[in-house]
Amino acid sequence: MSLSRRDIDNIAHLARLALSEAEIPVYIDSLSRIIGLVGELDNAATAGVEPMSHPLAGQKQRLRADSVADSDQHELYQRNAPQVMAGLYLVPKVIE
Amino acid sequence: MAAAAKAESAWETVIGLEIHAQLATRSKIFSSAATAFGAPPNAQANLVDLGYPGVLPVLNGEAVRMAVIFGLAIGARIAPRSVFARKNYFYPDLPKGYQISQYELPIVAGGHIDIVLDDGSARRIAVTRAHLEEDAGKSLHEGLPGLTGIDLNRAGTPLVEIVSEPDMRSAKEAVAYMKKVHTLVRYLGICDGNMQEGSFRCDANVSVRLRGAEKFGTRAEIKNINSFRFVEKAINFEVARQVELLESGGKVVQETRLYDPDKGETRSMRSKEEANDYRYFPDPDLLPVELDEAYVRSVAAQLPELPDQKAQRFVTQYELSGYDAQVLTASAELADYYETAVRAYGGSPKLAANWVGGDLAAFLNRDGLEIAASRVSADALAGLLRRIGDNTISGKIAKDVFEAMWDSQQAADPIIEAKGLRQITDDGPIEQAIAAVMIANPAQLADYRAGKDKLFGFFVGQVMKATQGKANPKRLNDLLKQKLHG
Amino acid sequence: MHSETVAGLIAGLRARKYSATELAQGLLERIQRAQPELNAFISIEAEAALAAAAAADRALASGSAPPLTGVPIAHKDIFCATDSRTTCGSKMLANFISPYDATVVARLRAAGAVVLGKTNMDEFAMGSSNETSYFGPVRNPWDRTRVPGGSSGGSAAAVAARLVPAATATDTGGSIRQPAALCGVTGIKPTYGRVSRYGIVAFASSLDQAGIIARTAEDAAILLRSMAGFDERDSTSVDAAVPDYVAGLERPLNGLRIGLLKEFFDQGLDPAVEACLRSGLEVLRNQGATLREVSLPNLPLSVPTYYVVAPAECSSNLARFDGVRFGHRCEDPRDLKDLYERSRGEGFGAEVKRRIMTGTYVLSAGYYDAYYLKAQRVRQLIASDFARAFGEVDVLIGPTTPTTAFEIGAKMNDPVTMYLNDIYTIGANLAGLPAISIPCGFVTGLPVGLQIVGAHFAEERILNVAHRYQRETDWHERAPEAYR
Repeated sequence: MSLSRRDIDNIAHLARLALSEAEIPVYIDSLSRIIGLVGELDNAATAGVEPMSHPLAGQKQRLRADSVADSDQHELYQRNAPQVMAGLYLVPKVIE
Repeated sequence: MAAAAKAESAWETVIGLEIHAQLATRSKIFSSAATAFGAPPNAQANLVDLGYPGVLPVLNGEAVRMAVIFGLAIGARIAPRSVFARKNYFYPDLPKGYQISQYELPIVAGGHIDIVLDDGSARRIAVTRAHLEEDAGKSLHEGLPGLTGIDLNRAGTPLVEIVSEPDMRSAKEAVAYMKKVHTLVRYLGICDGNMQEGSFRCDANVSVRLRGAEKFGTRAEIKNINSFRFVEKAINFEVARQVELLESGGKVVQETRLYDPDKGETRSMRSKEEANDYRYFPDPDLLPVELDEAYVRSVAAQLPELPDQKAQRFVTQYELSGYDAQVLTASAELADYYETAVRAYGGSPKLAANWVGGDLAAFLNRDGLEIAASRVSADALAGLLRRIGDNTISGKIAKDVFEAMWDSQQAADPIIEAKGLRQITDDGPIEQAIAAVMIANPAQLADYRAGKDKLFGFFVGQVMKATQGKANPKRLNDLLKQKLHG
Repeated sequence: MHSETVAGLIAGLRARKYSATELAQGLLERIQRAQPELNAFISIEAEAALAAAAAADRALASGSAPPLTGVPIAHKDIFCATDSRTTCGSKMLANFISPYDATVVARLRAAGAVVLGKTNMDEFAMGSSNETSYFGPVRNPWDRTRVPGGSSGGSAAAVAARLVPAATATDTGGSIRQPAALCGVTGIKPTYGRVSRYGIVAFASSLDQAGIIARTAEDAAILLRSMAGFDERDSTSVDAAVPDYVAGLERPLNGLRIGLLKEFFDQGLDPAVEACLRSGLEVLRNQGATLREVSLPNLPLSVPTYYVVAPAECSSNLARFDGVRFGHRCEDPRDLKDLYERSRGEGFGAEVKRRIMTGTYVLSAGYYDAYYLKAQRVRQLIASDFARAFGEVDVLIGPTTPTTAFEIGAKMNDPVTMYLNDIYTIGANLAGLPAISIPCGFVTGLPVGLQIVGAHFAEERILNVAHRYQRETDWHERAPEAYR
């Protein structure tokens, strides 16, 4: 199993990762190897087997009571933000 | 529009709607932050809403109950097991880089909505599914040159997304369907229906095909339409655009479009074009939602009388037409108003229906008021209806009385007394007025007696004028006929 | 003091042999001294630690002190905590100050523990050697040219070097047990859902579980008791009572049915490591346990299964690091796309990017069924294998790692070789089972780990077996020469 430059470009785009030209062949090689390793799964007979999303069977989602328990903390929360103004997070202009 | 006319003939429109209704919970779907509208930017976005590292979602039981009651109201199946999935894409108003939604196993499947069109014809629109998901935040562009501001107060607000089958064949049907869903969610108390605030909005999937064709045409998705009027306009524009395109040999591209209400047109949304590989997978932070029969029964027991049931009851109980019943049950508040008025009045339910659906509706509409804010109460309207019913005033005079009631917020009786609007039913004053009119108009009298029947109306008008409109119309008619014939 | 166990420190503090402040000061000095050699810490919080120690001393004097009052510990830097930065070993979060405490952090603080600092780790817990940390590799106290294992390499090295008696850690595919084995200490990964994940920077949500690295099973039991339990803020947390793990430690091993994982002894196990393991098993047999071989036929597929499931979840979990609300942001973004791509491209290291890309690939259109769904089905088969095995035996025992600690740099060029290090540990994560690694010998001066896997919520049992083993052996008491 070998991934192409195109595959890597597409994945990097979907994942929003800027890769340098030097990084690309490294990822083509290592991802191809990983996908090769993962390809061993083809050997497993899984017909009729339910996919397993959670490690504990029989657990179900708990439902929370509909109550409000938060106050305005935006100043505290925005201390980690690179760019804010008047309570808004700022990003380069979004064109719709 | 020429194309629209052509669309009428050769082309068939196919529409499916995805309606997003914000659920009227106090807190968000996965966090305990408030959902109230209009807070300062990011004041209601807590750590979970902001997607802070390490935080986790916990499902709001009230959002589940609301989705279930909606499902029960449209005759859908409530999934005994439903699963939340992550829809992965990058957008600044989507803090985690994924939206928690439901994909393969939604909480509500199937069901239907019955609509009645203006011409009285009825149609049943199938609902594919309704699922729970979280709303995104808002992007603000004004006053920030070169920048966009992100307010995440809305992020995490619970939504139920109601997906219809592509069952609608005109913009009017789409609007009727959307209105019906709007009515229903407010009956159920699960959504405030406020479209200006974005509590109720839809995406329309629109395509056209040659009449008689089996295959659907390529569709465009018009995003985020937040008024009934815009839905109709956006769809009509889009249909015309697609027909023109196809007739000039072009092809419709599958894409996301945005309706611009100022220009009255739809345009392609470049920003959403490439985001089409959402990589859905079950959210490992949330477990399957399992609802047993006892739970579903307990929610079913909370179902109120639904719009269709109420309309049906109005038809049988009040002997109203199907159309009147639809109009009066458009909201639970309006229906309650009507029933209160009928009860207090005790007379003809039809008369009451005409007033509630006619003058009252017109005044509310003119002043932009909801029924709850009506300046004439149901009891006051009943007072007016009583005076029409017992012939104290004519229907025509009643309109003036109603307007005075609306303006002054007084009851009908004091207005009738103060303005001396009581109807004249005694023969004496009417006969006197007739005599005076006959004397004043000898030429017309002669013509009438010579066979010009049409002049009868002239005499009615003159006598009415002489009595300031207060003459009982039926009595006036009878007496005038006698006198004119001499 | 520094070679004392948690149990010993609790007794010593209460007997006033030393104060919490003296203890904290002494260990902080050791930490500072060892830092240039081992790089086990990302943040050393002397000021906050001394304040907490002073408060602990007051509590001890008042006579109403919670169980861990004055006990010095360290947190893996994956736990969000308000009194220091939380970096997760990444440039992305190099300056991140959490506005809230993880449940584990809050519970241990409430129990009286004094936090001396945050330990180094592989970036976002993705690694088996601690070489992917943005803050540089951690060195193994037994041989500083070698790796301590990962991703909780800082916690394991700190405990092994007697810098702290215990440290928190997390385990997604072996990140507690593998470094515990390579550093000659005890590390327990509890059942999935036993300890709250709230406040742990997520790597792979269906696999991540917090636990403890300590020197003895008894210490692990003491700390786990204070960490574990239901948390309403974590939907996957299990609402079940937490037993008194310490109370069950002495239970005799008569009649204990031990399953030897056949597949573990088959796959590339270093014969010298195997020899240590075999003699460890004899210790247990001498106490009345019976041994039998157990086969889990799908277990060899756990590495490929893991390397689909974990990257898939990680690709989504790490999407929130976009340079908007927190974390690294690139200079002068041209537009939104540039902001995302460069902030993420610069903020994440090579291994994190590799896993994000792998995960993105296996979830993407056209590959989802072949990889992600297939892996979810194989995961079910592996879990069923374990469930069947626990119908026949009480615990499963095997090696923790195929070899002892390898040299720094030896496996950095081939991710697949690196991933195969987790071959014995991943199964417990896929099945959500509790597992513990304890020291069982040395090969050319490097420690070897023995792994005990239990059924769901059988922490008490595996701690019991580990403790009975440690009563009869002294491997866990050995300290690296430079850190005695």
